[in-house]
Amino acid sequence: MTAPHRLELRDICISLGSQVLLELDAEIGPGEVLTVMGPSGSGKSTLLAYLAGFLAPDFQARGQVLLDGQDISPLPAEKRGMGLLFQDPLLFPHLSVAGNLRFGLPRSVADKAQRVEGALAQIGLAGFADRDPATLSGGQKARVALMRLLLSAPCAVLLDEPFSKLDTNLRHEMRQLVFDLLREAGLPSLLVTHDREDAEDAGGRMIELNH
Amino acid sequence: MRAFSPRLATLLPALLLCGPVAAAPDPTNWTAVLDEASGQNVYWYAWAGDQRTNDYIDWVAERVEEQFDIALTHVKIGDTAEAVSRVLAEKQADNDDDGSVDLVWINGENFATMKANDLLFGPFADALPHFALTYPEQNPEVVTDFTLPTEGYESPWGRAQITFYYDSHELRGDSQEIATPPQDIHSLREWAEANPGRFTYPRIPDFTGSTFLKQALIALTDEDKALYAPVEESDFTAVTAPLWDYLDALHPHLWRSGRQFPATGPEMRSLMSDGELSLAFTFYPSVPAAAVADYELPPSTRSYVLDEGTLGNVHFVAIPYNSPHKAGAMVVADFLLSPEAQAHKQDLGVWGDRTVLDVTRLDDESRALFTLDESNPAMLPAGALQKTLPEPHPSWMTALQDAWQARYVGN
Amino acid sequence: MLLRLAPALIVILLVAPILAGLAMALMPAFGYLPVLGGESLSLDPWRALFAEPGIWRSTLISLASGLIATAVSLAVVFLYLAAASGKRFDRWVRRLVSPLLSIPHAAAAFGLAFLIAPSGLIARLTSPGLTGWERPPDLLIVQDPWGLSLIAGLVIKEIPFLLLMSLAALSQLDPERRVAMARSLGYRPTLAWWKVVAPSLYPLIRLPVFAVVAFASSVVDVAMILGPTLPPTLAVSILTWFSDPDLDKRFMASAGGILQLGVTATALAIWWGLERLVARLMGCWIERGGRTRGENGLRLAGKGLILLASVTAFIGIAGLTINSVAGFWRFPDALPESFTGAHWVQALPSLAGPIGSTALIALVATLLAVTLALGALENEQRTERHPSRALWLLYLPLIVPQIAFLFGLVVLVEQFGTRPTHALVIFGHLLFVLPYVFLSLSEAYRRFDPRWSRLALTLGASRNRAFWRVRLPMLLAPMLTALAVGLAVSIGQYLPTQLLGAGRITTVTTEAVSLAAGGNRRIIGVWALVQACLPLVGFIVAIGLPRLLWSNRRAMQGAP
Repeated sequence: MTAPHRLELRDICISLGSQVLLELDAEIGPGEVLTVMGPSGSGKSTLLAYLAGFLAPDFQARGQVLLDGQDISPLPAEKRGMGLLFQDPLLFPHLSVAGNLRFGLPRSVADKAQRVEGALAQIGLAGFADRDPATLSGGQKARVALMRLLLSAPCAVLLDEPFSKLDTNLRHEMRQLVFDLLREAGLPSLLVTHDREDAEDAGGRMIELNH
Repeated sequence: MRAFSPRLATLLPALLLCGPVAAAPDPTNWTAVLDEASGQNVYWYAWAGDQRTNDYIDWVAERVEEQFDIALTHVKIGDTAEAVSRVLAEKQADNDDDGSVDLVWINGENFATMKANDLLFGPFADALPHFALTYPEQNPEVVTDFTLPTEGYESPWGRAQITFYYDSHELRGDSQEIATPPQDIHSLREWAEANPGRFTYPRIPDFTGSTFLKQALIALTDEDKALYAPVEESDFTAVTAPLWDYLDALHPHLWRSGRQFPATGPEMRSLMSDGELSLAFTFYPSVPAAAVADYELPPSTRSYVLDEGTLGNVHFVAIPYNSPHKAGAMVVADFLLSPEAQAHKQDLGVWGDRTVLDVTRLDDESRALFTLDESNPAMLPAGALQKTLPEPHPSWMTALQDAWQARYVGN
Repeated sequence: MLLRLAPALIVILLVAPILAGLAMALMPAFGYLPVLGGESLSLDPWRALFAEPGIWRSTLISLASGLIATAVSLAVVFLYLAAASGKRFDRWVRRLVSPLLSIPHAAAAFGLAFLIAPSGLIARLTSPGLTGWERPPDLLIVQDPWGLSLIAGLVIKEIPFLLLMSLAALSQLDPERRVAMARSLGYRPTLAWWKVVAPSLYPLIRLPVFAVVAFASSVVDVAMILGPTLPPTLAVSILTWFSDPDLDKRFMASAGGILQLGVTATALAIWWGLERLVARLMGCWIERGGRTRGENGLRLAGKGLILLASVTAFIGIAGLTINSVAGFWRFPDALPESFTGAHWVQALPSLAGPIGSTALIALVATLLAVTLALGALENEQRTERHPSRALWLLYLPLIVPQIAFLFGLVVLVEQFGTRPTHALVIFGHLLFVLPYVFLSLSEAYRRFDPRWSRLALTLGASRNRAFWRVRLPMLLAPMLTALAVGLAVSIGQYLPTQLLGAGRITTVTTEAVSLAAGGNRRIIGVWALVQACLPLVGFIVAIGLPRLLWSNRRAMQGAP
């Protein structure tokens, strides 16, 4: 988590048939957040799907995605090192809270139990290890999801409107936590949103898509 | 050698010339047969329409497992023809030594078909140790099947004879009490007219139903002799004309007005039990008594045989020529003839099928096994089965079945 | 990659045996089968077939019972859905109907036969009080020449199937909103459903309906128990010809198989015509804009008919139970004079073998089917392709009559000299288990939120780990349901077991059907009850196991 990472998007162009959906050229340094804004239907989610490695075969994409100088666009999703934070916390309902965090930890990590305990303490949920995720509050779920992402040691993070479903009073607090932790970890992040406040709290550069 | 597929075997004619792929066991060397039989799986294709028969076969399977280390499987079939057709199809496909049927419960036209098509192994029956107990010289019916000599290609198992039964006091309080049940084929029709819907016979080609046709034909036609020669040798239409007249007149008074018939003899028994019929018949003379013992029929059930006598026959077991377990099959056939197995079979509490052994000539100990429970009022009176009409030539059975179906199916 | 082979494997497994079987039926139907001495093409088998007594009647009854049974079942299901308003009664009916799906056809048929026979439960309960009958009336009810009892038996079993298919399809249609919209325009609720939901629902369940037409026009076991006998239905006749010792009849039986194929195809064509007609009539009716007329009648019919059908089935099963423990039972007593466990005790030793065989065949066939179906669906997910067009091939074994291609398959197997084994029977069952398992699983699989797997991948899990740790456990409930469906389908199979097992391999179903000829209600009661209960075990596990495993996971309690 300490090594600084850099994400470069070079001449990205995604199209559906003959229609060009979006074009993008950007660079995100360690700890930086790039916000991509746009109304629904502007191709935001297609961009995320492309970067994460889930682009549906109907779409065509050109350009290079360089993570620390290496082109990851030919790699399968699980090998890209791209963490993804969804709109919903998506805690696995069949696993306990600890089970969810453990799922994020790479296999090679030795003292998993300890790491999980430490992580729970860090987000103020010590003692929640054996809880059924369904019994957590919205904010607690969001924090577990974030911690699970960080434990998986990604090299870059994609944020898919992660705050849109939170209560207004929680939203600001959660944004602070997310961006602080990402910055601290030195991860380049790409935030996709249609909420201007998200962009403001992120504090980084902003690109607007309009189609 | 069983692993060889028939196809492979034909590719290796040299091997075949050296000797049969599976040398058939020699029935006269019984010790060798017993040795070979041990450990074999014998598949016995037998009609399974009656639970009592099935239970008896289960008992046989237990006994041969204990005594001879033979695993006997009852392959339950609805019609013996299924087994015949299987062996025939195997022969056509050149499967001459790895057939699926090891033993088959058979008689009549099915035996005739298998014999005519060289589908049977034998002669083996005469060599079975227990066969002598049937005393064939005194009892020629155990070596004759529907006029054809068995020539040792099937081994006798049991005896059947058409036996009528009825509820002697219908407890229902109406006046249709059966004082005197019909004693011959003609009065049967009169009785049916007087008691509409209370009698029927099993649907052709069921064997009990087909036997009823033959019974009626023998009583109705003047040309009895013609029935004991192949059907091609006589004028079928002329000989059977009285039968069709009789049936045409009878059917409207039958159960369901003759528009539907029970599938089998046992189903007819169920209809008696439900009170749908008042008069029925069976191929197994002790069935009514056994059914009373089983609470299936009321204790007021009585049986009798028509004055003119009724058709009777012996049923057998045979071994197909391509059975891979002939030794095991022979040991089972012999076990079926043992006093133990025959007495158990005749037990009213078990099946009630009469023995083919000549009980009068058995030693005292064995004879004691066969004491019949004469106290059961549903049992036939002693000596009732003296008037046994012999079965016509098997070709009549098939011809009658076809003619019946052409006449009564689909109208 | 084994996964990529799964869809192709499924298609080959389903299509190849059917095509081979049909080819091997087609050749002997025209006199060509060298093994049996048929060396040249001829029309003799067809001449023999059409000379068979009652052949046209058999054919017509097969055709008519297929169409009428389907039309009645579909009507009852639609009437119920239209009348259902989510009240307690409707949920109760739904709960009543679902277990009926698992009851094998033969057991349901026996239950019905015991109920409506002249000496059956209904006659006993009403006699002599209401009817005055002191002895069973001489009425031709069961196995009637018009096939009415056969149709009734089929309707009882097809209602649960079509209801379940409709409920699954309805979830895509949002029927509540549609009805609410129509009601706001002044339509009464039941009429609203008929006018705005039914026309969109039918196209979604068309293939299952076709499968019902095909099944009902060619069924063997139910027709043996409830169908006419002089002559029997075409499929039953073919079965007897095939086992005739006169091998020439096999050519005729093959021609009969092709005729059956034609009968089923004709039934489907007539159904297609009826669809057009009904669509047009419905169109006129909808356009006329009536808002209230007929509402009450339709609603009452909707609630009444399905209740009648389900209660009949349940009383039938209750009748089986009473018969299986009955002592002497004289007509018109409503209950036996005494009860006895003797029939069970007597049957127990012979039950063990067939139950073992049934379980073995059902488990292996179902596990194979689930593995193949999971493979194909997982492959579909990974390649992100849309469901393949070849999907309709899944319905092939359900639409081609069993009797038309199974005999050809048996002839083929005999030629290869293959002995009847459990493996062969399992293979035969797989043909019919796989489509149902696939259809039941694909529904849940495709509805499964793709974000779960994406999430697992972005957390660094491999695709296999995502499958084993995320998708499989989360889909445990629908997977167990698919397993239970597969088991039920396998347990109910009569013809494939009977033909491919050559009678040597007996299951509770073949035993129960073969006992039908004996007419001993007590023994049939025992076997039919065992047959009805076996599939229930599967469904109980399918419902109980997830509840047990996820007792501490609230979000897993409902459907995922």
